[in-house]
Amino acid sequence: MTTPTSHPDYEVVIGLEVHAQLRTRSKLFSPAPVSYGEEPNHSVHPVCLALPGVLPVLNREAVKLAIRAGLATHGEVRGHSVFARKNYFYPDLPKGYQISQFEEPVIEGGWLDVVVGEGKNAATKRVNLTRIHMEEDAGKSIHDAAIAGDATHVDLNRAGVPLLEIVSEPDMRSPAEAVAYLRTLRAVLRYIDVSDADMELGHFRCDANLSLRPHGASEYGTRTELKNLNSFRSVEAALEAEIERQADLLDDDEPVVQATMAYDPNSGRTRVLRLKENADDYRYFPDPDLVPLQISADEIEAVRAALPELADARCERFQREYDLSEYDARGLTVSRPLADFFETAAKVHGQAKPVANWILRDVLRALRDRDAEIEDTAITPEALANLVDAVESGKTTAKSARGLVPELVAEGGDPLVWIRERGLEAVSDTGVLEAAVDAVIAENAEDVERVRAGETKVLNFLMGQVMKRTGGKASPQVVRELLQARIQS
Amino acid sequence: MAAYTSLRALRAALESGDTTSVALVQASLERAETLEPQLRAFVWLRKEGALADAAASDARRAQGAVRGPLDGIPVALKDNLVKRGERTTCCSRILEGFVSPYDATAVERLEAAGAVVIGATNLDEFAMGSSTEQSCQGATRNPWDLERAPGGSSGGSAAVVAAGIVPLALGSDTGGSIRQPAALCGVVGIKPTYGRVSRWGLVAFASSLDQIGVFARSAEDAAFGLECLCGHDPRDSTSLPEPAPDLSGRLDGDVSGLVIGLPDEYFATEGADPAVLDAVRTAVGELEAAGAKVRPVSLPHTSYAVATYYLIATAEASSNLARYDGVRYGYRADQVESLTDLYFRSRSEGFGAEVKRRIVLGTYVLSAGYYEAYYKKAQQVRTLLRRDFEAAFEGCDLLATPTTPEVAFPIGAKTDDPLTMYLSDVYTVSANLAGVPGVSLPCGFAEGLPIGLQLLGPALDEATLLRAADAFQRRTDHHTATPPEFP
Repeated sequence: MTTPTSHPDYEVVIGLEVHAQLRTRSKLFSPAPVSYGEEPNHSVHPVCLALPGVLPVLNREAVKLAIRAGLATHGEVRGHSVFARKNYFYPDLPKGYQISQFEEPVIEGGWLDVVVGEGKNAATKRVNLTRIHMEEDAGKSIHDAAIAGDATHVDLNRAGVPLLEIVSEPDMRSPAEAVAYLRTLRAVLRYIDVSDADMELGHFRCDANLSLRPHGASEYGTRTELKNLNSFRSVEAALEAEIERQADLLDDDEPVVQATMAYDPNSGRTRVLRLKENADDYRYFPDPDLVPLQISADEIEAVRAALPELADARCERFQREYDLSEYDARGLTVSRPLADFFETAAKVHGQAKPVANWILRDVLRALRDRDAEIEDTAITPEALANLVDAVESGKTTAKSARGLVPELVAEGGDPLVWIRERGLEAVSDTGVLEAAVDAVIAENAEDVERVRAGETKVLNFLMGQVMKRTGGKASPQVVRELLQARIQS
Repeated sequence: MAAYTSLRALRAALESGDTTSVALVQASLERAETLEPQLRAFVWLRKEGALADAAASDARRAQGAVRGPLDGIPVALKDNLVKRGERTTCCSRILEGFVSPYDATAVERLEAAGAVVIGATNLDEFAMGSSTEQSCQGATRNPWDLERAPGGSSGGSAAVVAAGIVPLALGSDTGGSIRQPAALCGVVGIKPTYGRVSRWGLVAFASSLDQIGVFARSAEDAAFGLECLCGHDPRDSTSLPEPAPDLSGRLDGDVSGLVIGLPDEYFATEGADPAVLDAVRTAVGELEAAGAKVRPVSLPHTSYAVATYYLIATAEASSNLARYDGVRYGYRADQVESLTDLYFRSRSEGFGAEVKRRIVLGTYVLSAGYYEAYYKKAQQVRTLLRRDFEAAFEGCDLLATPTTPEVAFPIGAKTDDPLTMYLSDVYTVSANLAGVPGVSLPCGFAEGLPIGLQLLGPALDEATLLRAADAFQRRTDHHTATPPEFP
């Protein structure tokens, strides 16, 4: 099937530029630490302050992470790449230029396979990457009247923090595809420990290029660029709004003007920040303070050898090793911590399939409800394995166990203790159960006859009635055995 | 200072107890202060600190812990090198009030060798100029004729060595800024191979061309000074991995068998003073008489060097000087109305005319639509110039040329005509574009003014340059002449 398109009259063309903060201890060209929540202008060094006479020295750890990202996205690592200066004036840009890569980036090409849609509607789409390059972040201007009055203060703690810029080809055809791509990209970067990719902390930021063209047209329409989209929701909303704006223009035979746009979440509309005629001339040129970056084949191989098993490979292995469907395997490998959680739980429990089901159905739902990731929660793989085991061995019922999952996710703890303390043990006292079974048989004589006549499905109805009488605490296996025994006798 | 003619003699005097570092530094400071009204060569003097450092050196000597040939020797810095706790002005208003919290590597190494910094010298603003007139401090005077310019941009450092204030001074050379003033002031100036001396702490003019070097009275003194500055520095990505070379230990006076190339193009320059060319030819004859072989060579792309240099240097300068924006340190215009106004006014008021001219030119050169035609083309020509040198050095050990087309020119003579000023660098810029080392040494006089002989060598071969220069100085006495007004 084809992936969903979001506009009936026009084909939507989207390309994304993502900035991901690299997980290094020190900055890209200075020994200052990369820090969080430090006092303003404390994580700085003469290089970050652009004092007269300072020189940049490349952080090789950042290069390793860039190579990791390139290999994980099937890109080509260039043996020779060049750092360039991007010149512009801004108070939080201390040198008056940003060191970035321009003509010869560290990674060229590559692709990501992205699952768009859910369940039966899910389809895999390949998004090609143009390039991945390294650059340094700028500082931060603070226009807070409470701190600065009418003045603007500048905090250079972030100045020089290493970023990867990941540029896609204009391969996406709907906001949903764009968001799916972003989610996959973020998962990959986290999988390989290249970036925390925390959107709230600004570790994963996105600019989007968008254009429309009539279906079947071969030439692209005029594109606009949406800047600084900081959440999946804002990406989707901004793209939808911009599609509407451009479609309205095209419907009225008005031209789309090339421009840089911003999305205002309050109005739900996009607005022009600046037109192309006013675009900056960045005067890129190779930074003469930095020699070209040389990466040897040995270095690339060393990084490759140290890569963890990537999501795609792990997904295939899960299908093979644990006999899971592709859909289930993909669901379990969206993040490395989740896949690790599954493998540990499966090992503790001894059987993969039921553990996978419990994770995909109950644990993921509980995580979604809390807007949390598995690594940020209290549930342990052992606890989940024990819970599944408790259901299978009849210690508790599936229903009771399901009710416990959100609490285990939130607070952790030993499910066996929870079951005991809350009185959630399955009732397997045959005396109590026999009474309930007898009552149900007496009340549903007609259905009992149907079971005897071979309508085995009706047995499930009778079981449900027994469960009802026991408040859902009855052990299903025992009830089934008792019912069958009574009906056959 | 004039009583001791060389670092070797100074060291002997210190060792014998004939003098002390405190006495030498005191004498330097006094001479600096006495001559300053005429020379205008210093931006600041560091009296108390220098005397304290000198006392520490004397104490080391008393304990037998001398650090080397420079221990206790007074030196001067060009004021575009930072020293912790001292002002660095680059002779620009834009750096008003800036005090460096860190040391330049060259300064650190000089001090680690025991040298005592007595002050910082005048320069063309941000090292942009060939006369030391483009300084917010005013022009430095040539010790040989106070009406004339000392050359530039390291004119202050050249002048303080020529006037006998210090035996050694640091300069920086982007297109000839050490060799040209050395020639015009009658001293030795060496620009080593690009990457030999760390640029950490040298305020950048044009990063791919800038190199720190030294001024001294003789090739031997220059060798003592330069060898303590060289060697890899992890703080400078362009710093070469090679260890510091032994330069002073290889001055044996022997040039027999050395092949000296005379580039045709350097002797056919229009407008060059015939007296300068004659003196250079005579000097080469002297080396030939000492056993060197001389042959003509060609550097066919020489005529493009000045144009190429000004495209690359201004492009890099426009970017390197963007950090002086009035936001973090240095000069900031008063009562600005907006951010743009802050940038415009701080930079308009803070920078001088020559610096602004080069920023504008460099911005143009890099701008969209012109980059390919100018900057990129200049880089291609730069490669051709580098290959010219590589080819020339296949057949000879060093090249001999004039350092400058003419002797020191009167102050003000070229300030209204930047293009004429730029031609002062016609013989020196190629070495920066190619990254090769060059030395200028006095080789005669015209109208009572010194003439410079330039020796250029292959990358990393400073030793041969200084060996040839030293051999020449063992046979001649041009370098021992002192300016008549400052004996």
